[in-house]
Amino acid sequence: MAVNYGSRRTVVGAHYGIRDWLAQRVTAVLMAVFTLVVLAQLLLTRGEIGYDKWAGIFAPQAMKMLTFATIVGLVYHVWVGMREVLMDYVKPVGVRLVLQILVIVWLVGCAGWAIQVLWRV
Amino acid sequence: MTEAAGKRPEFRNINAFKDLPTYRWPAAAIVSGMHRFSGVVMFLLLPLVLWLFDKSISSEISFSRFRNAFNNGAGGVVLKLVVLVLIWAYLTHFFAGLRHVWSDVSHAAVTKQRGATTAKFSLAASLVLTVLLGAKLFGLY
Repeated sequence: MAVNYGSRRTVVGAHYGIRDWLAQRVTAVLMAVFTLVVLAQLLLTRGEIGYDKWAGIFAPQAMKMLTFATIVGLVYHVWVGMREVLMDYVKPVGVRLVLQILVIVWLVGCAGWAIQVLWRV
Repeated sequence: MTEAAGKRPEFRNINAFKDLPTYRWPAAAIVSGMHRFSGVVMFLLLPLVLWLFDKSISSEISFSRFRNAFNNGAGGVVLKLVVLVLIWAYLTHFFAGLRHVWSDVSHAAVTKQRGATTAKFSLAASLVLTVLLGAKLFGLY
């Protein structure tokens, strides 16, 4: 197999963006599915939606798995989008790097918060 | 060698406020711009989303605190307005994203006519649903 690391690493070529491009689509579809699943449960219940009904949606293990996957997908999706925005508008490399690092740290922290909340139910 | 036919004009550092309004903005361009803008808005509102998720789901007590936050006089109205912005951003991003994914898998969807039609549809759908959900949020029905 051709060596693609160290001094022999290929630093140019096509498909450097395809992973992010595809991930953006896959995570988008995942979030859309999650939205429809939550929405369906809200629309198909009768009467007022109180704490029990709302929290009950996230109680089953299957829903926890879907929500967890959606949170991870959301973070990746936001990262790809924010990276694109920062690449377009922030030209000084140093500033951009700092902002990109802050976005990553912030998103990972937010994911932790969301997951913690999810497992309280 | 021929003489240079004048220096070609070079456009740099466009002024967003002076130059952007002079652009032509067909529906597809508006959808594209709003797609990006709504994404950034949701990124900025992420702490609010997590707070809403946290309060609404953690316990009965936090749920009633969540509910009261919306009915708390002027503060509640501000919260409702911010949530309305969030609803708009989500719907806009959702329909623009669906349109994107659809045009990724269908050659028919990327013709000039279809592109304009789907752009207008996604704008209309997100605005109508925003108005409907906003009316619900403010208790109009």
